[in-house]
Amino acid sequence: MNFRTVEELLQITKDEEISISEVMIRREMDVKDRTYEEVYEEMENNLTVMEEAIERGINGVESVTGLTGGDAVKVQEYMKNQTPLAGHTVLDAASKAMATNEVNAAMGVICATPTAGSAGCVPGVLFAVKEQLQPTREEMVRFLFTSGAFGFVVANNAMISGAAGGCQAEVGSAGAMASAAVVEMAGGTPEQSAEAFAMTLKNMLGLVCDPVAGLVEVPCVKRNAGGSSLAVVSADLALAGVTSRIPCDEVIGAMYKIGQTMPVELRETGEGGLADTPTGRFMRDKIFGTA
Amino acid sequence: MVKFNSVFDVIGPVMVGPSSSHTAGAVRIAKIARDLFHQPMTWATIYLYGSFAKTYKGHGTDLALIGGLLGFDTNDTRMRQADELAEEKGLKVSFLEDSAATDHPNTVRMQVGNEKESMELVGISIGGGKVEIKELNGFMLQLSGNHPAILVTHNDRAGAIASVAQILAKYKVNIAHMEVNRKDLGKEALMIIETDQNMDEIMMRELKDTPYINQVSKIVT
Repeated sequence: MNFRTVEELLQITKDEEISISEVMIRREMDVKDRTYEEVYEEMENNLTVMEEAIERGINGVESVTGLTGGDAVKVQEYMKNQTPLAGHTVLDAASKAMATNEVNAAMGVICATPTAGSAGCVPGVLFAVKEQLQPTREEMVRFLFTSGAFGFVVANNAMISGAAGGCQAEVGSAGAMASAAVVEMAGGTPEQSAEAFAMTLKNMLGLVCDPVAGLVEVPCVKRNAGGSSLAVVSADLALAGVTSRIPCDEVIGAMYKIGQTMPVELRETGEGGLADTPTGRFMRDKIFGTA
Repeated sequence: MVKFNSVFDVIGPVMVGPSSSHTAGAVRIAKIARDLFHQPMTWATIYLYGSFAKTYKGHGTDLALIGGLLGFDTNDTRMRQADELAEEKGLKVSFLEDSAATDHPNTVRMQVGNEKESMELVGISIGGGKVEIKELNGFMLQLSGNHPAILVTHNDRAGAIASVAQILAKYKVNIAHMEVNRKDLGKEALMIIETDQNMDEIMMRELKDTPYINQVSKIVT
């Protein structure tokens, strides 16, 4: 069992009458010659790492430079006192995504999904919808396999690193992966997962990777907040029956082309965009003592 | 073969932050260098290119490369003190930023060694913690570090490859991917064999004692 594109992935779900997560699990078993238990256990371990990182982040961490940390705590406090305008789930996802990336910036342990800089989106969305959807532990593990199935297509047909394709390849992919997975968890069809994926990625196209001082901190932490909230919105759109006019695989193709033509200053070199603002340069000089 | 061949290349690795390509990938490249050198190391000179050169301090790429040379996994929380630990262990590491253009933005050239021997390797970090080794001691190659592998330096003679394959067959080691490179006809050549199983020491010793074989090293996963 194998697939290279989202179209092929959806075809397998139709032919075999199985979910996307099941396709991903069976492919891993086939290609790697592993048992269901082995594959499941490794993913459950990743889930545990994500859970622990969120827990640590919402209790407050600070990075070595002091540039990031503590924002997840602020949002959690805010939600205790007020009803968020964006709704509880969206804001909870944003705060848990930030929590993960704050831990990452503090050189804490996280699970790359698909990268470390974009590690907040998938767990942020998962642990935010958990309250409403009440998934079993197995359904939570499956959420990660569904995310992984889409990330697998992007990684092999485009790119998932900011250095190769900008932030659209990282937070864009991560947010889109989370959208697809939350659709499956909410009872949507594989086609709706693909629509949600396409709609999130479309809204992330062209997003550059411009970290201040080259650090995975500013704006990465907040981009994960943005990616995870967009993920929930796109999932809702797809579940409501909205479809992307441009097919999912073509959106991925567009992301690839945009990434290839993106100037090197905007691909994780810390030389352009927000990194090259007066404040961005000031922070860099202060951190590295080159002022 | 696809670049990313497992769901765990995309959901994973579990790692110490902050960057999968600049931190986790760096750990992995350096760990492969350590595995391949496979003897006590006293020095390492590391050339960084592209995004690696521009941002290595912020991403802890230097600490990650040192951590890999010390044998750390990507999730080892001692990473932040890797430089101090290396000093304690008598490993001297220096970093040089190189502005030369490279095919991939995240490229590193590592020269490692001790008083007697040295080795040079070029690795790239392609995203999500995935890496490829592109060059070893002047040989071009393609090695992911995802599979167990053996690297055999041999004289370019008829039968050298067959004798290695025979030994692998005898120990029931299945070859997943194989590549042979040589610098010149009849001179030194390099075999890269990715396998499905890890290789034991007895087999490694037998390989080393085979005619025309100069050096054998392995990567364990």
